[in-house]
Amino acid sequence: MSPQLQAAFALLPEYLGWHVLLSISALVLGLVISLPLAVAASRSARLRWPVLALASLIQTIPSLALLALFYPLLLALSVLSVSLVGRGFSALGFLPSLLALTLYSILPILRNGVTGILSVDRAITEAADGVGMTARQKLLQVELPIAAPVIMAGIRTAAVWTIGAATLSTPVGQTSLGNYIFSGLQTENWVFVLFGCAASAVLAMAADQLLGLIETGARKRRHSLVFAGIVGIVLGAGVAIAPLIQFGKPEAYVVGAKNFSEQYILAELMAERLERTGAEVSRKEDLGSAVAYRALAAGELDVYVDYSGTLWTGVLGRTDNPGRKAVLDQLTIELKRRDGVLVLGSLGFENTYAFAMRADRAKALGVVSLSDLAREAPKLTLGTDIEFLSRPEWKAVDAAYGLKFRNKRSFQPTFMYRALSGGDADVISAFSSDGRIAADKLVILTDPRGAIPPYDAVVLISPKRAGDERLVDALRPLIGAIPVGAMQAANYSVDRDTAKATPAQAARTLAP
Amino acid sequence: MSAAAIELTGVSRHYGAVVALDGVDLAVQPGEFVALVGGSGSGKTTLLKTINGLIRPDAGRIEVAGEDVAGVVPHLLRRSIGYVFQETGLFPHLTVAENIAITPRLLGWDAARMARRVAELLGLIDLPADVSGRAPSELSGGQRQRVGVARALAAEPALMLMDEPFGALDPLTRDSLGIDYRTLHDRLGLTSIMVTHDIAEAVLLADRIIVLAAGRILADGAPAHLLATASDPTVRALLEAPKRQAERLRERLGA
Repeated sequence: MSPQLQAAFALLPEYLGWHVLLSISALVLGLVISLPLAVAASRSARLRWPVLALASLIQTIPSLALLALFYPLLLALSVLSVSLVGRGFSALGFLPSLLALTLYSILPILRNGVTGILSVDRAITEAADGVGMTARQKLLQVELPIAAPVIMAGIRTAAVWTIGAATLSTPVGQTSLGNYIFSGLQTENWVFVLFGCAASAVLAMAADQLLGLIETGARKRRHSLVFAGIVGIVLGAGVAIAPLIQFGKPEAYVVGAKNFSEQYILAELMAERLERTGAEVSRKEDLGSAVAYRALAAGELDVYVDYSGTLWTGVLGRTDNPGRKAVLDQLTIELKRRDGVLVLGSLGFENTYAFAMRADRAKALGVVSLSDLAREAPKLTLGTDIEFLSRPEWKAVDAAYGLKFRNKRSFQPTFMYRALSGGDADVISAFSSDGRIAADKLVILTDPRGAIPPYDAVVLISPKRAGDERLVDALRPLIGAIPVGAMQAANYSVDRDTAKATPAQAARTLAP
Repeated sequence: MSAAAIELTGVSRHYGAVVALDGVDLAVQPGEFVALVGGSGSGKTTLLKTINGLIRPDAGRIEVAGEDVAGVVPHLLRRSIGYVFQETGLFPHLTVAENIAITPRLLGWDAARMARRVAELLGLIDLPADVSGRAPSELSGGQRQRVGVARALAAEPALMLMDEPFGALDPLTRDSLGIDYRTLHDRLGLTSIMVTHDIAEAVLLADRIIVLAAGRILADGAPAHLLATASDPTVRALLEAPKRQAERLRERLGA
């Protein structure tokens, strides 16, 4: 077995356990909500249309967006709860995932429930009245049992959808089989991507077959089949969830990471240092950029690495550039004052937007700085990643140097580098810690007017852990210990196409 | 005089502008077999369903065994009255035995008593004991309607309401089931009210025929008495039809 496959299997108990726990909780909650709603909607024609329309509307929201929307909503509720009862709750992870998936599971159960109940023959409901049943007895003893096969078909659909959509809970901080897919996509580890897809597909099929057994049993009135299906589901879920009992230890340190290779590597580096002290560590990876800082300030993460420029503009809302040291100093003071967040210090390298050119081309044109580039720009093509041209950094650079390129083209990062080496682009917007800068022997143009804000990688610690000596002592040796060349090499070992390293392996090369 | 099995006083029911029942007064004595006849829209089914509370009248008073039904919880009232209708409405997810025992179960009978009652009823309605474990879908139409009658009789009601109970059956089955039911009616001392659009069936089975039109009682009496005395041309035509049919049948069959 390949080492990547071994690594994937090693993570399976934790990922699968969470995935199953999340999916089952969402389905059960979905059932509890949608069955009574289906009964009410089948009784009242006036209620039926709005309820079904609302459920359909929810279904049209892309599942990733639905998951993402719950984070700010829950955060606001948590803040409200703190001010009302003095206690908040986590707006990240299980709760937003559960709520979004629950909403997602409602439509098929609701729709089939209404259809099933309404399709019970009028003669049979009249007979139920005629023999002296109460409305409740009629529902429980006649309508629901007769509608059961149709309702079960709806539950099967909901189960397959929920298990598939649960992979999307990874970006809001909930571990699931989606962790394979998201981190695999980011590091171009296709073994992980395929493994995650296959695992969630197998899980969905298994759930569908077991529920199908119950459906067949309900249709043919064979209680043994229904029983076998239920036993299968309970056993399967129990086996899958059991490993979580040891993963879910309280008071573990939570190390966060955004969704790119450098972040995974740095998270592993910090996690391993903490684990070496005997601490329990859990990881929350693939967090959205805006989510991560708020999660840290709210205490849902204990530590992660962010970049000074991102915090400067995104959190403090500043647009000026007083220089690398001043930015870091003011951030340290301001974040402490505002949110109680501890800026432990810079790791020693920057990951900033940088204009990169092939060394031979830069030399031939005599371009060293952005000022030189402005002179040559009308003859050149700029290649960028997809978001760069709409970012404030580009506007700042353009304002400072007046870059009038002959042509501007956007690429996926991998293709941007290929365009540069192939000559389709003359200069690209790179990240300064990207391993491909060194590997492709690119030169980075200097920024004499200081238009691009500094992006020092800084370690942030949550307010509640700011005084935690074990954490601070474990991480302080990393401050100033990672030169940009080392980070570039580590990133490259994860990003390159062949002989890829895992983030954990790359982290070990950085250890001071 | 003992209480009537059923007594209706001034019972009316409207559906929007349509009058289904228009101030009906009616008393049925215990042990009577009454046929309600009339065209569609005459109000005969509505009248039947007001008795067990499936339809609430807009006005008027209904007493069953001397008690005003407005003061009785509807589902409790229905457990004490047998109800058979054309589509039968057997529960498809229950066996024949479970269908028959449904009202006793709702009344909380113990299992042994229910089992005895099911066996007794299968004999009474002339079905083999081995159908009890089958699903309704495995029975013929006539057998299903017999199970429907057994289900209505299960909790030993004194009153049976039947809405075109044999209407969907082939003529032979219909005839034999009708005769069998009449025998049961006499043996068990039931009071039966049967809605039918078939005047011949009414004449053959019932002691008393009530003709309804536009929500009112047009004629009421024993079949022979009605034929002799009715002055209303509609009623006369209705009652003479089976007689004429019987004569023509005799001629054509050469009996």
